[in-house]
Amino acid sequence: MKDTLTPAAPVIVARDLNLTFQTGDGPVHALKDVNLTINKGDFVSFIGPSGCGKTTFLRCIAALEHPTGGALSVNGMTPDEARRRRAYGYVFQAAGLYPWRTIAGNIKLPLEIMGFSKAEQQERVDRVLELVELAGFGGKYPWQLSGGMQQRASIARALAFDADILLMDEPFGALDEIVRDRLNEEVLKLWARTGKTIGFVTHSIPEAVYLSTKIVVMSPRPGRITDVIDSPLPRERPLDIRDSREFIEIAHRVREGLRAGHQDD
Amino acid sequence: MTERAPRLPSALPVLSVLAAIVVLWYAASVWMNATWVYDQAARAGNTVTLAEVIPQTMAQSRPLLPPPHQVAAELWKGVTAQAVTSKRSLVYHGYVTLRGTLMGFALGIVLGVGLAMAIVRFRVMEMSVMPWAIISQTIPIVALAPMILTVSNQIGIDNREVPKAIIAAYLSFFPVLVSMVKGLRSPDQMQLDLLSTYGASETDTFLKLRLPASMPYFFASLKVAIAAALVGTIIGELPTGAIEGLGARMLIGSQFGEPLIMWAALFAAAILAGGLILIVGLVERLARASMGVPA
Repeated sequence: MKDTLTPAAPVIVARDLNLTFQTGDGPVHALKDVNLTINKGDFVSFIGPSGCGKTTFLRCIAALEHPTGGALSVNGMTPDEARRRRAYGYVFQAAGLYPWRTIAGNIKLPLEIMGFSKAEQQERVDRVLELVELAGFGGKYPWQLSGGMQQRASIARALAFDADILLMDEPFGALDEIVRDRLNEEVLKLWARTGKTIGFVTHSIPEAVYLSTKIVVMSPRPGRITDVIDSPLPRERPLDIRDSREFIEIAHRVREGLRAGHQDD
Repeated sequence: MTERAPRLPSALPVLSVLAAIVVLWYAASVWMNATWVYDQAARAGNTVTLAEVIPQTMAQSRPLLPPPHQVAAELWKGVTAQAVTSKRSLVYHGYVTLRGTLMGFALGIVLGVGLAMAIVRFRVMEMSVMPWAIISQTIPIVALAPMILTVSNQIGIDNREVPKAIIAAYLSFFPVLVSMVKGLRSPDQMQLDLLSTYGASETDTFLKLRLPASMPYFFASLKVAIAAALVGTIIGELPTGAIEGLGARMLIGSQFGEPLIMWAALFAAAILAGGLILIVGLVERLARASMGVPA
């Protein structure tokens, strides 16, 4: 499973992607003519108001939704095939840890399903707990951890089986600003250490600008991409980069993009 | 780590209610049994004062309402006055009832859990089985029990164990079924999506998510189910012909005008029920502790 892709190789490619839900009030265009290429090692944020299709797009990549038109490939395969090859880990808005399993037990869940040996399970648990700075918490139950720690554990769970792609759907949306800042920093560190390709859905402009190499601005009815911004910020980002002129300029462009999407209403 | 409020000493409220019941019970005994004392006195041409009446209401051999100490004495006699294998021993009859209850309880759990699994797995089962399960509980078990006994006799089952267990299971499967359907469906879409991103099979989803998630619902239903199984067993022992079990003792007591026997059997059944619920509660606590629920 060692990939031979060069750092700039496309990992996720969407061509004229459409997804229409049939509802009682008629069809809803969740995604309309979405074109996007995500390269290996990119940190891509999807930002936009509710109903813009950002979560739906992430779910399409993860084969949790199936597009009704267009083409979508993940690592050159269909999303379903990619899932079977364990191409991605998914982090949801809620940590969703099983209360009846310890933190280590929760991280072992995907490993058990995927058939790793007991010894390898333990080794991987130790490694990813270290990675999210939860070493020593493996024996605790979820209720013994704070919300931020639970979300870190759920990230560890997504990292445990070495997927190349990490998909995160508003993972810090339910946490307070201070915890969120810290976790953002940690995600960046994690990204730098692992070189994973990350897809990140968010409502927050500063969060999107701070984290991403590529910001995808989306707007609703129908869900579509209105702007794709390649960030000029360096990959190394201290928290105070948010006061730099470049940062503020990108944030401004994102805000403009969001506003433009709304003027169509 | 949450602070918990200090618990009230749990014995105190229970004991005060018990004391109130005992007082009311004595008062009711005096009132109900006094009629017989006055009748006897009138027949003999005597008059009796209240002070003379009260002791006489406490020690009749066939009181309308035996006072607590008489019931307690009868219960004690039933337990200790003869070998536990004797037909007059409440331990013996209690054991017969306990055996029927446990068999019915086990059968009810198997039936309830099995049906719940099928209902959660196959939508068509929900539409076909669930209405019948509900209808089954609207038929008075007292009407159904003799039929079950007769039918099982007809097909050559001579002992009463099997039909009793069926009647007990008939009552106890339902709470298990309803709770387990709810419990197996309790995982939300996000948790199901998570497993789907791992490419989990249906067996994985069942064993690793649905089953453990249903456990709190399961244990809650067990307390209802064990009580229902006991009631079912006693009803199975009531129809004429039964000679064993607490239900049979109650019937004998009432038919032969021996209220003390009836009351002693009634209390034996209540004590049995209390013990069973206590044990189920203990098992639940052990299970919860092993599933990491804060104590």
